[in-house]
Amino acid sequence: MTHAVLPGAPRGALHAMIRVFNVNKTSWAGLVILLAVIVIAVFAPLFTAHDPLAQDVTRQLSGPSMEHLFGTDEYGRDTWARLIYGARVSLAIGIASTVIAMLVGSSIGLLAGWYGGRFDAVMMQVMDVLLAFPSLILGLVIVAMLGASTPNIVFAIALTSIPPFARIARAPTIALKEREYVEACRSLGYSDARILLVHILPNIAAEIVVMGSLWLANAIRTEASLAFIGLGIKPPTPTWGGMIRSGFENILDSAWLAVVPSLAILIVIFALNLLGDGLRDAVDPKLKNEA
Amino acid sequence: MGEPVLSVRDLTTSFRGPQGWTPVVKGLSFDLGPRETLAIVGESGSGKSVTALSLLKLVPAANGRVEGSALLGGRNLLSLPEGEMCRIRGNEIAMIFQEPMTSLNPVLTVGDQISEALILHRGMDRVAVRAESLHILDRVRIPAARERLDEYPHRFSGGMRQRVMIAMALACRPKVLIADEPTTALDVTVQAQILDLIRSLQDEFGMGVVFITHDMGVVAEIADRVLVMLRGDKVEEGETARIFTGPAHAYTRRLLAAVPTLGSMRGEAAPRKMPDFTEGGESAGPSAAPDRSPAYHDEPLLEVKGLTTRFEMRSGLLRRVSGRVHAVENVSFSLARGETLSLVGESGCGKSTTGRSILRLVEPLSGSVRFEGREAIGMGGAQLKALRRDMQMIFQDPYASLNPRIPVGRAIAEPIVVHGLAGRREAEERAADLLEKVGLEPGMATRLPHEFSGGQRQRVCIARALALSPKLIVADEAVSALDVSIKAQVLNLMLDLQSSLGLSYLFISHDMATVERVSHRIAVMYLGEIVEIGPRAAIIENPQHPYTRKLLSAVPVPDPARRGTRPPLPAEDLPSPVRAPDFVPPERIWRTVSQGHLVQEPS
Amino acid sequence: MASEESLTALRQRLGLDRSLPAQYLDFVGSALSGDWGESMVTGRPVVTEIMTVLPWTIELTAVSLLLGAAAGIPLGVWAAVNRNRAVDYAVRVASLLGLSFPAFVSAVILLLAFAIQLRWFPVISARSGSVGAWFQSITLPALSLGLIMAAYITRVTRSAMLEVLSEDYVRTARAKGVRWPVVVRRHALRNALLPIITVVGLFLGIQIGNSVLTEIVFNRPGLGKLIVGALNQRDYTMLQGMMVIYTLIVVFVNMLTDIAYGLADPRVKLQ
Repeated sequence: MTHAVLPGAPRGALHAMIRVFNVNKTSWAGLVILLAVIVIAVFAPLFTAHDPLAQDVTRQLSGPSMEHLFGTDEYGRDTWARLIYGARVSLAIGIASTVIAMLVGSSIGLLAGWYGGRFDAVMMQVMDVLLAFPSLILGLVIVAMLGASTPNIVFAIALTSIPPFARIARAPTIALKEREYVEACRSLGYSDARILLVHILPNIAAEIVVMGSLWLANAIRTEASLAFIGLGIKPPTPTWGGMIRSGFENILDSAWLAVVPSLAILIVIFALNLLGDGLRDAVDPKLKNEA
Repeated sequence: MGEPVLSVRDLTTSFRGPQGWTPVVKGLSFDLGPRETLAIVGESGSGKSVTALSLLKLVPAANGRVEGSALLGGRNLLSLPEGEMCRIRGNEIAMIFQEPMTSLNPVLTVGDQISEALILHRGMDRVAVRAESLHILDRVRIPAARERLDEYPHRFSGGMRQRVMIAMALACRPKVLIADEPTTALDVTVQAQILDLIRSLQDEFGMGVVFITHDMGVVAEIADRVLVMLRGDKVEEGETARIFTGPAHAYTRRLLAAVPTLGSMRGEAAPRKMPDFTEGGESAGPSAAPDRSPAYHDEPLLEVKGLTTRFEMRSGLLRRVSGRVHAVENVSFSLARGETLSLVGESGCGKSTTGRSILRLVEPLSGSVRFEGREAIGMGGAQLKALRRDMQMIFQDPYASLNPRIPVGRAIAEPIVVHGLAGRREAEERAADLLEKVGLEPGMATRLPHEFSGGQRQRVCIARALALSPKLIVADEAVSALDVSIKAQVLNLMLDLQSSLGLSYLFISHDMATVERVSHRIAVMYLGEIVEIGPRAAIIENPQHPYTRKLLSAVPVPDPARRGTRPPLPAEDLPSPVRAPDFVPPERIWRTVSQGHLVQEPS
Repeated sequence: MASEESLTALRQRLGLDRSLPAQYLDFVGSALSGDWGESMVTGRPVVTEIMTVLPWTIELTAVSLLLGAAAGIPLGVWAAVNRNRAVDYAVRVASLLGLSFPAFVSAVILLLAFAIQLRWFPVISARSGSVGAWFQSITLPALSLGLIMAAYITRVTRSAMLEVLSEDYVRTARAKGVRWPVVVRRHALRNALLPIITVVGLFLGIQIGNSVLTEIVFNRPGLGKLIVGALNQRDYTMLQGMMVIYTLIVVFVNMLTDIAYGLADPRVKLQ
């Protein structure tokens, strides 16, 4: 089948989701883990009796126990409590920056692809430069210059995540622009806004959302990396990257302090990647038609 | 026929789908003699291409299953292990494919790709391989073969690539060549060259050829015997002449009746419908000619003067203009109400761009397009939107022409709402009427495009184009992607609509036989220019320009009795419409042949 | 508190009293002539500071790229030719897991396992002349980045191979009687290299950024540690120099990517 370049038209979102997950069973695992993490983060107080900020000088660097499932840190704070409250920070910053990048990036891509010409050339040149420059370094410099506040971190991560969304939106827009049904729209006298919003955007939205789930993983990773370097949300607010950073300072005698948040990050990113990968397979028409 | 070289018995190929195994080829049997050409004919989904892949055991093993036997030189190909089969493929049985543009490996030189088979099967050394590759490249008549041996495929045109494919396939002198639609993707003059080449090489090498095609004209040109397939079954097999003169099976009769034959409209001025042959029903015979003739005495509906569209090609760091595609060059014609003017020509001649320029889907560089006396070039905003109610377009690919997410009823109603002609509810009622008008059920309005067949989708596109009650429809290769029987139905629909609504058509096509059937007048385009224009009969029966003659003589005629009457064409490519930035198109001189028949004097 | 006079003197010395365009031209001019000023913290020339650590970063990136390609390309090909079989699923899930590692997590885990628990490698990378010492200092850092590279290259290779294996010219090669392993190597992989080169070239930029994390964990000198130090100490002349060098690296990597692509694709003419 050469003509079915567009994803087939789903009857409803739910139906589509179920079909997606039947194609790729590992995405179920990703979704379940992710939902679990979100539930635990949102209802964090229900999952621990400890205050993540409460220090206890009598229990510094104590190992895992019944009282403290994953032990305590150098201030005697409960690692599990810090972990699940830290998930809030990771998820909030990750989601906020990804949503911003998604909105800005795909708008740029859509408009650049549709209007082409000089606007396209300039925008894509900017995107290419942004994409090629090491994103972590760029994020580092922005956060260091503006100060390590939540909005600044969100801004820095969002900025470095815009180019992939611009690209993922632009390529199919250009392809669709040449498509005969879009030419038909033009010859029927539809406005640009109508063509873009009614006839192009819905056909590329799925790809953008898939990209979003993959870049959410990246945003969480970047936030943790910044915190690990020491440019994250300021202590004592728990963040996963910050926990690994302080755990790393005690790695010779209290390895779990670094290992537990490391695994937490790994699991969440892995879950997001599983989910995004499964979704991508389901959305990718080339793979779907063979399956 | 003599001892067959290839003997196929009960070939059954099935594919695994969601509902289990589905047979695509069902118990096919045939013999192929030495030096014989057997054409396997069928429409899409008939299983003809799968047959070819099955014989070479190229059907993917994961979800395909091939049963039966295919004897070649005493061995059953279908039961050979893969290792044995590798020694036979390309050696005793070879294959060429439909898409010459994608069938060659882009990162290996042409010489490497030809010599690969020789090294594999003949165990030749470097020097011998090179000499032999050069020899075979010469045999497929590629000019300057010695230089071209070390070039990569992207430097070759489609026709030349198909020659390379043939060279590769024939390098080891196979006993059987399977050619799967080898000329379908090529222009008609190039197709004629390739058919000539295959025929002469067959004589030279003494091989049997299985020629798979959907084109009855090509069959008449090349086949000794014909095998007709329908949905995986063989429905008829016989000598070519017998199949064309006395087809035994109803499907073969329908298939032949649906094929327009160039030259069959001699002495008629108006377009004529194709015989009606909906499946199951026998040919009802040609229906009456449309009862309305074009309004030649009124002011023309559309008047195009000096239309020129060029595309700039930029290259280098500074993106300087390195050349221009002269897609449309000083094109002038007029179109009366109720008239069909066809623009014909081969790929790259600018016929599509002409249509798109008139509709302002691409911006022309200069010229004038007057529609009902109003100048369309330079019109903007509201005026242009209003103009678009009067001019509509139908496109080639029925799969790409509809938004896959929008139900067809809404797609047809949308333009009515956008132009404020009616409210949503009334628009949907009109959409239902339109569906009925194009021969579909009004109840189908809620269905999505993927639930329709290609022919039905094209009907939906016509309905959508009619939604704004246009006066002119530009039909860009509108029936080219459809199977012959479907094509005839859609053409008939278009002719019916013309006579009932008084539509004018600008019918853009590469297919001379179809054009003859539907046109009042024909304009022949070559390298962006109209080289000859006139009444249909004048162009077909009395072509003046050398290119028109070449084009007409290259069209395969579905009549085996007329085979071999065409002079052979030299191996050459279509010239390119790309010119240097400082190119100035020459002044053209026109000669009037007869009333309304104009020809450009060859420069 | 600095006195007004000393501040004015400092401004003059740094050229901050002149207009912005003049400062910029001055900066570009001296950057091109190799004079990037002195570090505001150590007082040593910025160029010297950067050139001292640059080889470490290049070495780390190059070795991890080699590791990544050596593991990733064969794994990706293997998965693609065994599409939808157990091998394919295993490789896909494993590569997805590898791709999920933040660079510092893989570094911390490797350090913990091989340097602290097993004591096969030193905790802190030292640099001395011998090959053995070099090997000891590079292995864990390169592995921690190489693991992510390998995962990435595996995925890119797999999808590029799947695409290429469905191309018409692969069918042509099979119709010629070319054996399957040769089809995969000679016809498919050579074409699949093109997208691999492009995507890996882009990823290399990201990885050069990520090496900052590896350098912190293994306490290894490099650009990353230098820039973190400069940020912490607000060493603006150093930061300026760092931004220039990162830009130069990006340009250089792009150039290498283009050259590699040109070598692999005959349709691209190298000028």
